[in-house]
Amino acid sequence: MINSQRPGIFPIVSAVILTIVVVVTLYPFVHMLAVSFSGDIYVMQNEITVWPKGFNVKMYDLVLGDPKIWTAFQNTIVYTALGTAISLALTSMGAYALSRTQMAFRKSLTMLIVFTMFFGGGMIPTYLVVRSLGLVDTIWGMVLPGAVSTWNLILMRTFFSGIPKELEESGRLDGLNDIGIFLRIMVPLSTASFATIALFYAVGLWNNFQLPLLYLRTPDTFPLQVLLRNLILAGTASSGDVTRIGGDNLIVEESLKYATIMVSTLPILVVYPFVQKYFVKGSMIGAIKG
Amino acid sequence: MTQASATTRPIGKEKPIPEPKASRFKRLWQSNKYLWLLFLPCLIYYLVFRYAPMFGLVITFKNYNLFKGIWASDWVGLKYYRLFLNNPDFWPLMKNTFLLGLYRLIFGFPAPIILALLLNELRKAAVKRFVQTVSYLPHFISNVIVASMVIMFLSPTGGLVNNLLTELGFEPINFMNKPEMFRGIYVLSEIWQHIGWETIIYLAALTAVDPQLYEAASIDGASRMRKMWHVTLPGISSALVITLILNIGQVLEIGFEKVYLMQNPAIYDTADIISTYVYRIGLVQGNFSYGSAIDLFMGIISLIFIYGANWISRRVSETSLW
Repeated sequence: MINSQRPGIFPIVSAVILTIVVVVTLYPFVHMLAVSFSGDIYVMQNEITVWPKGFNVKMYDLVLGDPKIWTAFQNTIVYTALGTAISLALTSMGAYALSRTQMAFRKSLTMLIVFTMFFGGGMIPTYLVVRSLGLVDTIWGMVLPGAVSTWNLILMRTFFSGIPKELEESGRLDGLNDIGIFLRIMVPLSTASFATIALFYAVGLWNNFQLPLLYLRTPDTFPLQVLLRNLILAGTASSGDVTRIGGDNLIVEESLKYATIMVSTLPILVVYPFVQKYFVKGSMIGAIKG
Repeated sequence: MTQASATTRPIGKEKPIPEPKASRFKRLWQSNKYLWLLFLPCLIYYLVFRYAPMFGLVITFKNYNLFKGIWASDWVGLKYYRLFLNNPDFWPLMKNTFLLGLYRLIFGFPAPIILALLLNELRKAAVKRFVQTVSYLPHFISNVIVASMVIMFLSPTGGLVNNLLTELGFEPINFMNKPEMFRGIYVLSEIWQHIGWETIIYLAALTAVDPQLYEAASIDGASRMRKMWHVTLPGISSALVITLILNIGQVLEIGFEKVYLMQNPAIYDTADIISTYVYRIGLVQGNFSYGSAIDLFMGIISLIFIYGANWISRRVSETSLW
């Protein structure tokens, strides 16, 4: 687009910085992948950089053979699926109502909601509310307390405001009320926006650690993130470099942990490049008009 | 068309003379009931999970007793606030929270802007797309994983970074046991995690800059750096101001999760912040009233921050959040 006459120093500096960004972002993952597939002896001698040495899948056998991982995976999937469905329903309905200029008290209700972005009761009063509702140690404690993100709500409201008013009027002429217009006209027209917001909620729920830390007690209900924390972070200080699990199998703790990280991160790494164009478009719509 | 319909009245009907209140309400209800019905679940959510906790803050003025409940517990006035202000932990906690947030603002705010400007100058669409895709990636990784990676890479026994240091002939450093290192490590990991994601908003703003301005600047003989300085930056200035205000407002709201996961008692000197302290003192040790009082104290300071930033911005640049 912009054609400079002489190649100055700028393209070089720019290329260097962008290369650094790419390398610094990708290298940790490549390294972890390489270590997790490598033989014990090479890992202990710190010989692994980007390519595995003494290739084997022992660590993955161990990680995937651990029933705790599967339970945690299953819990995470349930929390994510249910939570995303609830969040998406509440957010889209609320956002649509707030986007209609004819709705009475719209401004006051928007204020009521935006205020919570800047001030809240904090961790403990919220905990007390959640506990008094009997949600502690239940699946609802995972999906209800954070069900609506004000940011996503505003993003969706902005999106709905951009849909031409004529569509709504044609629906009204066909005898639809506001709920009918929302369900039959707005929802089908907004699949990209719904996909974006659903992705935001799903990633948030999948990665959440604070909610289970605060509201879950029973180990069987723990999602992946809590298990990962217990496997990878807790006990790092006490245990040595090498641990023994099962018979004479030497296990390098590092490889095992990296394998665990890879297994738990893979679903998101696989999905996100494919949905990227939706979320970029979706958040840009909100950014420009917001 | 859109502006014509006043907010509090149904569309399409003129209202020349005042009518009885009852029928006005009835009409309001008639024309709004479905929208209100759609909004109701959202409203309930906000009342229960956002506003009810705000009223729960009365426990900061009470000696909250688990068995008596909020209302039956005894009033203690400002006891817990005084307790906190006189606590030897008070200043270190304030300082840690403030400095961590300030460093994140100073280094974390410009980083995505620079990346966005560089991406914007890339002429090959495929390269641009590749760099963007890669840079978004860490945003989708959980804080547990990021904290694990940081701690493992910095580990003195076999960590990636220390391997490199020993290779270069240095002594290995026990990074996560050095209080003076924590802020740098935290801020760097924050930038690593979010730099790509935060470019989205700036890239969106950049697409709105008028191309004719670049052409005019080229005719005037401006170099790429000058164009960036005199055309691009002013073109995205309102986006910059808005994100800056939001960032200033969040100086004290450092993510609980990540600091909690990265800290250990050896580095509490710099790594203990208000939210992790509130969790430890309030929830783990059960001092509900005291913990909430500390939280509220910081919440109010935070509110003052964002209000102040917005006020200054309105005076200086005519751009503001409200």
